[in-house]
Amino acid sequence: MKVLGLILAGEKGQNLGKLTNKRASAAVPIAGKYRAIDFTLSNMVRAGIKKVGVLTQYNPRSLMDHLGSGREWDLDRKNGGLYILQPYVSEASQLWYRGTADAIHQNITVLRRGDEDYVLIGSGDHIYNIDFTPVFKYHLSTSADITILTKSSEGYDPAFYGTVKTDENERIIDFKEKEKENAGNKINLGVYFMNKKLMMDLLYSTVPNGKYDLVRDVIIPNIENLRIMSYKFSGYWRNVKKSLIEYKRTNMDMLDPEVLNELFSPQRKVYTKLKDLAPPKITSTGSVVNSIVADGCIVSGKVYNSVIFRNVNVKAGAIVDNSVVMEGSTIEEGSKIVNCILDKNVTIRTEHSYIGYEEPLVFEKWQVV
Amino acid sequence: MSEIIAMILAGGQGTRLGVLTENVVKPAVPFGGKYRIIDFTLSNCVNSSIYTVGVLTQYRPRVLSTHLGIGRDWDMDRKNGGLFVLSPYAAAAEGEWYKGTAHAIAQNIDFIDQFSPRYVLILSGDHVYSMDYNEMLDFHISKNADATISCIRVPLSEAHRFGTVITDNISKVKEFEEKPKNPRSQLASMGVYIFNWKLLKPLLIEDSQSEKSTHDFGKDIMPKLVVGNSNFYAYEFEGYWRDVGTIESFWEANIDLTRSMPALNLYDPNWRFYTHSAEMPPAFFGNDAEVVNSLTSEGCIVHGRVESAVLFQGVTVKKGTILKNSVIMTNVLIGENCIIEDSIIGENSIIGDNSKIGIGDRIKNEKYPNIYSDGISVVGEGVTVDEDSTIGKNSSIGNFLNTKKMRIKTVPSGKNLRIDGVV
Repeated sequence: MKVLGLILAGEKGQNLGKLTNKRASAAVPIAGKYRAIDFTLSNMVRAGIKKVGVLTQYNPRSLMDHLGSGREWDLDRKNGGLYILQPYVSEASQLWYRGTADAIHQNITVLRRGDEDYVLIGSGDHIYNIDFTPVFKYHLSTSADITILTKSSEGYDPAFYGTVKTDENERIIDFKEKEKENAGNKINLGVYFMNKKLMMDLLYSTVPNGKYDLVRDVIIPNIENLRIMSYKFSGYWRNVKKSLIEYKRTNMDMLDPEVLNELFSPQRKVYTKLKDLAPPKITSTGSVVNSIVADGCIVSGKVYNSVIFRNVNVKAGAIVDNSVVMEGSTIEEGSKIVNCILDKNVTIRTEHSYIGYEEPLVFEKWQVV
Repeated sequence: MSEIIAMILAGGQGTRLGVLTENVVKPAVPFGGKYRIIDFTLSNCVNSSIYTVGVLTQYRPRVLSTHLGIGRDWDMDRKNGGLFVLSPYAAAAEGEWYKGTAHAIAQNIDFIDQFSPRYVLILSGDHVYSMDYNEMLDFHISKNADATISCIRVPLSEAHRFGTVITDNISKVKEFEEKPKNPRSQLASMGVYIFNWKLLKPLLIEDSQSEKSTHDFGKDIMPKLVVGNSNFYAYEFEGYWRDVGTIESFWEANIDLTRSMPALNLYDPNWRFYTHSAEMPPAFFGNDAEVVNSLTSEGCIVHGRVESAVLFQGVTVKKGTILKNSVIMTNVLIGENCIIEDSIIGENSIIGDNSKIGIGDRIKNEKYPNIYSDGISVVGEGVTVDEDSTIGKNSSIGNFLNTKKMRIKTVPSGKNLRIDGVV
């Protein structure tokens, strides 16, 4: 089965404030060494997908830097490989992507030219580890036109997610996209699997008529005509761009050994850009409790309940509690941070103390405070 | 044409590393939390902008070859030059093993010739060091030398373990002694040489035809240069260099990294060390973790107490365990309530709950006094140590043994566990 992977990674992620000032939400650093897109990309590659298109729009620099030639995901291939699909100027038009369906439609050549039979659409913002092979099988065995990944809405705020209602055979019979009332007790995980020809037909009949959104304009209107099946996923799943609190919570989830095991099981690896930094060092004055610490760090202070990214320096006498500290940041001697999110290369000066109360305090890239 | 190419000798067993080199060649022995010994030499090459490198293998090359691949992790997968693994080969009627270091290079004269280099840098894959070869090359050029040997100053009492060099006041080599009984110089050879290829090539051909020669750089080639009064100079290197050839020096060089400001800086952004490593999530420290003075690599899960230890990737230390002054290699699983001191544990080993390793009297090893005599115990790779076991000091456990199946709970100090039992 040949499948074309498409990853929607063009959004800013408005709710992440300063974190997405200079990067798309798919490029947000997460879990100590990864970026959000690593999870979907790795899921696809592990499922045997050899051609993946990444649709970018909002400030893609850091995303592009991260993806490179796709080598870290074994996507630097002679046939297929990684395609960066960005908005472009042409003879006929010069348009930004006006929506998810439009984004794919503008790159319809990639669909038309490839020899794939199916297309799997995912999002760069989702943190989960799934084996897609059973999804493909499910799609075939249920004779689905479209298979959508769903999850029980338990533990998720339905205001943030699309909700679906299914009949007893798991066929979707109602679908509401972020509306006041819910369609059912399952949320839409934003992963769609369908025949490529069908995808193209659907796009040809909607986008030229000014209908640009994949869910609202392409999928929901076809609920009765098409057999849209729900594949229930029961594993760990988070969308980082929903809110800062959600972003921080997703990081903190990594301190739960069960989540850590599920996301990073040796059988289902998540790949990211390697940097070959030395192992983290805890010095004689340092201590680390209930935290994860990435490579290249030197910890001489105290770290509790935190996620420490690569190359972070926690100096003697400093305290880091309940915080997310991104790559290259320095916490100087005697300073203290509680409930903070430090973007990359932030410096907390000597003997300064910052405490986030209801919402985490966020420091922008390169800030010295 | 490349100006300079490097040839790394990586075929030696390193017999004094005991079980650590029973299955892998010394350059492939893990070091420093995520590296293998050869990574330091390779990274020095890349950092010195030397991108054409031949690696000469012979003894048990499987792990080394897998590690090197096509050199991609060192950016050596290149269209011009790159990394080449050169194994002994059969030519015409008969094949030959490499008979010595000089013979190994001589067997690869064709390889070197295809790049027509001006200089050939001869290196050893056995050493842990951080060195800019360009500085040595600059010295070589400024002296208008035919050959340059890199030396490091060692205490006179240690010099008998090395090739030593006596120079005149302009650093020209006057005498070269390989492992002298009564050393007269503190300048020890690091096994790093630069030769003008024009000079070295005929020397190698001549040496490989001589039946008296042992075909060794230190024993045969270097003395010949002195006798022939060639332009042979000694470059004094000041920096970190270790020959981690014994269990003690290997252990010590690793533990050194856990101390404050070690001489070998793994964190220097301008001189990085590259390696081929597994993709694993960041290290996780549980609620009961107490970790001081330690390196804890990616994929580690620590719930116990760890002090002055180097944990490689994917090591798990369970609750109640106390780990001290030890080197724990990749993917080792250490159960609950263990006590481990002054030990080296090889890759993929499993230590059962309530075990004690490196605990006991400091008795010299009876069978291998030259290998295990400095108070350090070594557990080989792929070993399973049964629950409630006790392994003493200066002991060793052979690779891939399962003490549960062998029904052995105790290996006393100074004893070794081999396939046929405790010896």
